[in-house]
Amino acid sequence: MSNDWEPKIVAFFCTWCTYTAADLAGISRMTYAPNGRIVRVMCSGRIDPQFVLKAFADGADGVLIGGCHPGDCHYQAGNYKALRRYTLLKRVLTEMGIEPERLRLEWISASEGDRVQKVMNEMAEQVRRLGPLHLEKASRRAQVKEKEREAVGVRS
Amino acid sequence: MSKPKVAFYWCASCGGCEEAIVDLAEDVLKVVEAVDIVFWPVALDFKRADVEAMRDGELAACFVNGAIRTSEQEEMAELLRKRSQLLIAFGSCSHLGGVPGLANLWDRQAIFDYVYKEAPSVTNPEGVVPQEQTKLGSNGYALTLPSFRDSVRTLDQTVEVDYYLPGCPPPVKLIVNAVMAILENKLPPKGTVLAPDKALCEECPRKPTKPDKLALKELKRPHQTHIDSEKCLLAQGLLCLGPATRSGCSAPCVSANMPCTGCLGPTSRVKDYGAKALSAIASLIDSEDGREIAAIMEQIVDPVGTFYRYSLPASLLHRRVRRSGGAQA
Repeated sequence: MSNDWEPKIVAFFCTWCTYTAADLAGISRMTYAPNGRIVRVMCSGRIDPQFVLKAFADGADGVLIGGCHPGDCHYQAGNYKALRRYTLLKRVLTEMGIEPERLRLEWISASEGDRVQKVMNEMAEQVRRLGPLHLEKASRRAQVKEKEREAVGVRS
Repeated sequence: MSKPKVAFYWCASCGGCEEAIVDLAEDVLKVVEAVDIVFWPVALDFKRADVEAMRDGELAACFVNGAIRTSEQEEMAELLRKRSQLLIAFGSCSHLGGVPGLANLWDRQAIFDYVYKEAPSVTNPEGVVPQEQTKLGSNGYALTLPSFRDSVRTLDQTVEVDYYLPGCPPPVKLIVNAVMAILENKLPPKGTVLAPDKALCEECPRKPTKPDKLALKELKRPHQTHIDSEKCLLAQGLLCLGPATRSGCSAPCVSANMPCTGCLGPTSRVKDYGAKALSAIASLIDSEDGREIAAIMEQIVDPVGTFYRYSLPASLLHRRVRRSGGAQA
């Protein structure tokens, strides 16, 4: 099973820039690591730190946040909010035993399809080197349920 | 007609929740008039065997405070769950994990090593640590201790819980309301936190002085500044978690010049209190420069202890990651 492992990366992309850049990368037929699951949001400022934790809790090995370059936010200051939350969240993650490299913030404008390609490749490589993130389930009740699932051969 | 039976129990807690019941003062007489307290280890001499002897569902309501850390607490939670019609998580520890929940930054081994061997005040040259079973002499007697888990859990991560009374300890007003609601059978839907569903700022006496737009260049700790006793604490640069915390306590800490630390936990729309509190505070930082932002954030000395002070076990991550990387199990 360890050989099949592929990093799962949840990528939150701002619709105005990074998501459009990812679109551009696709239209331009650029190939890049398929490990990202892109979630389109209206603004990087919309990304609640809960989204990032939820992604990790639900099995992501890395989380990538893509927003507009400083000064370019469609809503003026959403990307700065993202930067502040990211800075503080990263400290919390480190203290919680999650390597800071598993969370990355990048400013990628709509015309930078090649940057999406580069960042996605780098992130996949980075997370691959770190290996899977093993989070323990909180609930004893959940653990019991999981054991039952394993017993009947259901893989999550 | 016999009075409904009520029980109180404590798990990993400090005893403050028991004080909160004593703080009911004269109101406790009303409670005692209406119900029979049949199990309350801190005050009454009934034992586990008395609870075991009861029928399932015999207790109308049971209030459990404290987090769940040992096998004994798990067993008692399960037993009381069976015997009670309503199981109420009482106080922050039971509701969200509480201060004992911060132990989830370590595990059993690390805690035992520090507490019994490494702490500066400990002298233990033989390295004696508690054992779950100790044989005494040659006559076959053995002493047992409950086993100590790696992680602290909330009550509802252990057994099904009907209602939550938040707070460290729960405010008297909320306890009285909850008891009355049970007696009058006017309970909200199962799973409700029995407190208002608004942020603390709504009932804060300093609310009128809260600026429309807060912008902080500096985050201070209470001992680092002279606190204006009327002005919004956030506006003074103090890390007050009122905006992210449920109301219902009437803001006693804030009224005493202490910033809110978030003991009532989140409102119903929030899943992870710490993440939301962190988000609220980070948004107020008045800087657009990465380095300056990082420098301001450094003033928060202990981010997990600050934002997850009462809720680490209930958080999305639940505990510190112990194993990262390497082959998947």
